[in-house]
Amino acid sequence: MHIAIIGNGVTGTTCARFIRKFSNYKITLISGETDHFFSRTALMYIYMGHMRYEDTKPYEDWFWKKNNIELKRAWVKNIDFAGKTLHFEKGDILNYDKLVIACGSKPNKFGWKGQDLKGVQGLYSYQDLELLEKNTQTKINRAVIVGGGLIGIELAEMLHSRHIPVTFLVREPNYWSNVLPEGEAKLVNNHIKEHGFDLRLSVNLDEIVADENGRAKAVKVKETGEIIECQLVGLTAGVSPNINWLKNTDLAIQRGIMVNLHQETNIADVYAGGDCAQFNDPVEGRRPIEQVWYTGKMQGKVIAENICGRKTQYDPGPWFNSAKFLDIEYQTYGVVFPNLQEEQQRFYWEHEDGKKCVDVVFQKDNRQFVGINVFGIRLRHELFDKFLREKKSVDYIMENLQAAAFDPEFFKYHEQEIISAFNQQTGANIQLKSKKGLKAFLSLMRR
Amino acid sequence: MSQVEKSLSIANPHPPHLNTQQKLSLGLTFVGILMIILPWLAGNFSTTDYRFLLLPALSLIGIGTLWYSYVSYKDIPEGIKNNGNYFNSLTNKGTLAWISGIVITGFYVCLYWFPQTLGLGVGGAANSGLVQMFDPLSYALNGKAASQWFVYGALYTLIILVLGVKFMIKYRHNRYQQIRTLSVMFFQTAFAFLIPEFLAKMNGDLAYFSKDMKNMWPLNYYFFEDWHLNNMLNGGNLGLFMLILGIAMILVISPLLTYFYGKRWYCSWVCGCGGLAETAGDPFRHLSDKSKEAWHIERILIYGILVFILFTTALVLTTYFTGNSFSFQMNPYLIICSLIVIAGILLFAEKKLYPEMPNKKSIITALVIVGTVSFFIIWKFIYTGQTFQFDTYKLRSWYAFFVGAAFSGVIGVGFYPLLGSRVWCRFGCPMAAILGLQQRFFSRFRITTNGAQCISCGNCSTYCEMGIDVRWYAQRGQDIVRSSCVGCGVCSAVCPRGVLKLENGPVESRKIIDISEDSGIRVNV
Repeated sequence: MHIAIIGNGVTGTTCARFIRKFSNYKITLISGETDHFFSRTALMYIYMGHMRYEDTKPYEDWFWKKNNIELKRAWVKNIDFAGKTLHFEKGDILNYDKLVIACGSKPNKFGWKGQDLKGVQGLYSYQDLELLEKNTQTKINRAVIVGGGLIGIELAEMLHSRHIPVTFLVREPNYWSNVLPEGEAKLVNNHIKEHGFDLRLSVNLDEIVADENGRAKAVKVKETGEIIECQLVGLTAGVSPNINWLKNTDLAIQRGIMVNLHQETNIADVYAGGDCAQFNDPVEGRRPIEQVWYTGKMQGKVIAENICGRKTQYDPGPWFNSAKFLDIEYQTYGVVFPNLQEEQQRFYWEHEDGKKCVDVVFQKDNRQFVGINVFGIRLRHELFDKFLREKKSVDYIMENLQAAAFDPEFFKYHEQEIISAFNQQTGANIQLKSKKGLKAFLSLMRR
Repeated sequence: MSQVEKSLSIANPHPPHLNTQQKLSLGLTFVGILMIILPWLAGNFSTTDYRFLLLPALSLIGIGTLWYSYVSYKDIPEGIKNNGNYFNSLTNKGTLAWISGIVITGFYVCLYWFPQTLGLGVGGAANSGLVQMFDPLSYALNGKAASQWFVYGALYTLIILVLGVKFMIKYRHNRYQQIRTLSVMFFQTAFAFLIPEFLAKMNGDLAYFSKDMKNMWPLNYYFFEDWHLNNMLNGGNLGLFMLILGIAMILVISPLLTYFYGKRWYCSWVCGCGGLAETAGDPFRHLSDKSKEAWHIERILIYGILVFILFTTALVLTTYFTGNSFSFQMNPYLIICSLIVIAGILLFAEKKLYPEMPNKKSIITALVIVGTVSFFIIWKFIYTGQTFQFDTYKLRSWYAFFVGAAFSGVIGVGFYPLLGSRVWCRFGCPMAAILGLQQRFFSRFRITTNGAQCISCGNCSTYCEMGIDVRWYAQRGQDIVRSSCVGCGVCSAVCPRGVLKLENGPVESRKIIDISEDSGIRVNV
């Protein structure tokens, strides 16, 4: 049995690792991007000089040989699904018995004029990083970043670390406010400005202006008509499944490669997972396309199980995620929509330093906890996972907030202040119950 | 809400070049360092009295470094400050790193084996040069002329103090780092430097014994040597106190503290070697080698040295109590041959057990160690003749030479800019080995991994000064329970997703997963 895996990102690699754990099938892990699996989330740290490319590899180079996973560095040109054959760009071919497609995403481009000029780029792949390095070798007086999401703020931080001034064009009224509620979004706005970025809210890109060499020299803002001179334009308005090369095949595709909860596509023996996959019937409370690190990891393992004859469904549990906006960490457990749903109530607390906040959403009628956003404060994932699975009330969670605290030792804890604000805002009369620390956490987990 | 100055938003907060204040402060520091280097180099060729330079030198280094730290961090928001570490010549093994490495190594070679080049007066002669420069401070503290060790202790303490403040400003958002740094600064200044000097002054007529209450055996390898035991026994109340405290540290205090808090209570909160590594060594922490091969080398070396010191101490104590000295003759070439055979067996075993793993670093390490030891043996052999007399006392002098001086000083600190800040603590220190074994098997300390939040970015591994591949554990949702972890807390600080927390709790609650039980990253299953 020969398993070919297209894409050596976290989904493909996790899949390969678990197939190896479960079986002795032949495995070929294919990538045109890099020889070895690296952590895409750490690309920014290479550019900022925090890490080298080698440091982003979660496994040492000898790992693959030891585990008998063959690596192939090549771009797949097309797939002969009937003949179970991969055709590579260089003309060679590879036969497979089962195929896994985990080919990731590509940056969105919305048809802006000048979007393909020199000096205009997105940030997703290792090649994008190399291009950024090349694009910033010459003197950049200003860079403009279009799109206020996670990659946009990363790119802004990267450029600042190289002393390049950045103008940040955000379509929404506040940073990432299509995802974050207003309080959090404004908190991040302020932090972005504190770092010295030129943040422009509620503006759209009209066009990118070229110089005589076909290189970007300015952008035009749609709302104001303002021309901002710049030598680099970062397009970071989200990513979408990398599926253009699979169009016009028998593979069922909408926005992504259509899969069921077993990660099976419409073609037998062909599986898909990670950024490029779209669930035709997603798990309740989750989106059809999930482009986060851990879902790719979980889906890769589900594929491995199904390939190895252990019929398994994708079951990621309650939603969670995390990110870091410059110096402010963000964690979320459960689902907090940017706008409160009709039947929901919100509790929002912000620390006076403007860098920490807690946003809790719960059901109005039965006070069942729905979700929490925390900024500048760390919480225990396992405990919130349990709260959500057991559908605990918001009051129970607030009482036990200290047991979930995950900030390092000696940090100032704010639970007492948070509880007072909670009582005041929601008319509750809650006392902090459990103590802080590991012991409280462990006893609550056992309950 | 923090108020944001509007004009700031179009300025660039990270100007590409050093500003005037940074240049000035660095200039002051550099002049201060020159005032140390000049008497060191010139001392042997001139009779100039350099005592007047002491105060200016120490003040310039202190003021310059503090000023530089303040202006470098004051205008940028709190947070992790690792920008450009891999682009900077000093912190990325460039020319500056090699120059600093050579200068520091040279200083240590002079300090340990050629103290007269620092200006130490030999055979009753007065001090000159650098050592003379420190005479006034030494007289003030302990009533005697300075020795090379006094100069070393004073400079060591100064560096920990000023770079400790720099570290605290750099990590001003992190109270764990601040309190921990205050602790190492305090223990270095009070316990390693001032108190021993005062005690020496008050007990001026007593023969030398260690008065550093925190410097315990086996880091202090001479604690159980006959002369040291005798000096303590003849040292009145203070000597007896140091002897009892020293033994209590080993048998009671240290095991208890390590059980409750892990070895960090010592290695990154109290120890002087750790103190220097965490302050002066901080810019080099990412240079530690994270490969599995380096971990193999680490275990062979550190436990090898632990066995060496246990064996040596056992012999010394046996001789002390029975009066019988153990002794045998050995051909120097036989010693070298057995070293080569041992290294060969280890290399062969490694290749057999891990055929895929490269073993270049192991071969280089073996060559360097066998080569260095052979060089010194042959060199000595030329002076002393046919055979080598091995006895209780010779063995311990070999330990003092190869481990106590060459490894912990010359390589341990001199190679900061090339191998990272914890080379000695990781590969050599027998104290760390003992505390580490306890930490691994019998301690409440662990680094907790927060559920499935890890994104495998590798910041934790990169910035682990002990070369632990923290990510390997974190991405499997496993707690980090490693004997080498000194609990500095930087992995937790640099983690962008809030995944790691150093904490203490019931020993059995530590989540240690065998590789065969790795089931991915499901939470609550």
